[in-house]
Amino acid sequence: MALTVCSRSFINRSRFSSLVYSYFNKNIVQMLPPCQAASNSTKDADQSRMQRGLPKKLPIGGVDQVIVVASGKGGVGKSTTAVNLALSLKELDKTKLVGILDADVYGPSIPKMMNLKGPVHLNKQQLMMPLVNYDIKCMSMGFLIEDEKDPIVWRGLMVMSAIQRLLRQVSWGPLDYLVVDMPPGTGDVQLTMSQNIPIDGAVIVTTPQDVALLDARKGTEMFRKVEVPVLGVVQNMSAYECPKCGHTEHIFGKDGATNLAKEMNLPIIGDIPLHIKIRETSDSGAPIIVSHPNSSQVTKVNFVI
Amino acid sequence: MDHMETKKNVERPLAFVKHIILIMSGKGGVGKSTVAVHLALRLKNAGFKVIRGVRTVRAKIRYLGITEGIGNILVGLLDADLCGPSIPTMLNIEQKKSKFSKNWEPVFVDMEQRLCVMSVGFLLTNRNDAIILRGPKKNATIKQFLNDVDWPDLDYLIIDMPPGTSDEHISVIENLREYNLDGALLITTPQAVATGDVRRELSFCKKTVIPIIGIVENMSGFVCPYCQECTNIFSKGGGEFLANQLEVPFLGRIPICPQISRYQDGHAESLKLFSQTNEADSIEAIVKKLVK
Repeated sequence: MALTVCSRSFINRSRFSSLVYSYFNKNIVQMLPPCQAASNSTKDADQSRMQRGLPKKLPIGGVDQVIVVASGKGGVGKSTTAVNLALSLKELDKTKLVGILDADVYGPSIPKMMNLKGPVHLNKQQLMMPLVNYDIKCMSMGFLIEDEKDPIVWRGLMVMSAIQRLLRQVSWGPLDYLVVDMPPGTGDVQLTMSQNIPIDGAVIVTTPQDVALLDARKGTEMFRKVEVPVLGVVQNMSAYECPKCGHTEHIFGKDGATNLAKEMNLPIIGDIPLHIKIRETSDSGAPIIVSHPNSSQVTKVNFVI
Repeated sequence: MDHMETKKNVERPLAFVKHIILIMSGKGGVGKSTVAVHLALRLKNAGFKVIRGVRTVRAKIRYLGITEGIGNILVGLLDADLCGPSIPTMLNIEQKKSKFSKNWEPVFVDMEQRLCVMSVGFLLTNRNDAIILRGPKKNATIKQFLNDVDWPDLDYLIIDMPPGTSDEHISVIENLREYNLDGALLITTPQAVATGDVRRELSFCKKTVIPIIGIVENMSGFVCPYCQECTNIFSKGGGEFLANQLEVPFLGRIPICPQISRYQDGHAESLKLFSQTNEADSIEAIVKKLVK
């Protein structure tokens, strides 16, 4: 019920000229299923899961909606999309409480992108306090390692345990949205997340080339198999415009994600160009939504309903 | 040559492989598989020099132990990215399947049978099937790929690793300890979020005592085909800086090349176009350093 009211207020915010805000919020928030009290069908689903030896899905205390940003393929811009999605959710409605969980244990990018560094402190209940920047609560394995040069050489079981801690032993507090930046692949992290917490929606990020789409399809299939609703596809690095002559080059191919979305019966919820400013701002820890909210690069995002 | 030396040692199935190279990164999407494929394609032809249409033997062939006749370099490419196998797609051999008799048979890419590939992609019924594996299953699969595949007498085995430092990496290193492991070739893109992960991968290599062959900086600059303006979309120099800082060899830069992407998307003609680009020269320079 509360979510439906929120959706109407987002539609009314036409004063926001930036298409990045509108496509993230109008599409994704509308697509999130409304919160429901536990019904008999949910209880049956739980029983069926327990009979199959799967853990019961327990929501994270204080967190309303969980959106995962995933792909299957590495290097397509999941972290960049997750960060800018969280920031635009916050920008659209400053009363909303938003958090980011960096589930990429081996290659945590959120600390750099959000310009945050450990150490992490514990509260009185011995829960880890997330670090905050741009009014977004963040938690990442990157905050917990002493030397950022140190690799995390862990087998799957250790990773499962780490993800459980990042979900359950963090004082997320009241959050309206928790955006989860997933690692590439379809392995331990994805399974642990989907089996342990209810996920309200998955956003699949891909670049246009075939090898990326191949993995994005696998990622989408995986979410469907574990019964996580897939909200749509974001096509990243879609086209590059030369700053000198204005020539547009589809470096990584054209319309790949659009075709994938049609094939899998999913909406395209974003089309982000390849632009040097997005990389520069990510590297400097000032994501483009925050540092250049009215830039022409941000407004060039194509919005397809 | 002693018969026992050439006989495949069943207990040590990769003992006859002269050079094993790991293509690693730590970061996803930097071009590990792309570079692995192009290195393999270039390496298999490394023994030949075309002079006025006549093939002659280069000095490198003698270095590799073949003293007469035309050089015959055999290259194997192992796709260790179990959840996202890209190699069959990149080489347009997705429709082929790996046969199993006593062991798995790798799939040959070319008519001359000098480049063979093994990938979990060949074992799928449908190319779009998701491969959802936890750690123990990944370990078992990697072990099978290394021990239960009938590789021919390879000169080079190139192993394309997934991103991270996880089960696949630990299993590959554990299983390759006793073989001729040349080392790891690390691929990075120039930007800071990528080099940070590669720095961790380098630490991993040092901790597990894997020799580091060097760093390659991929997607280093894009030259507009119309005005020739070079824009460093993903920054520039990050890989070289990392190599200098950590005192490992810097093997070269590969610019962003749309032809690579088009070739991977199944346009076989694009391989011919790619071979005429400056980017192909970059790959050539890296191969020269590799076989030195």
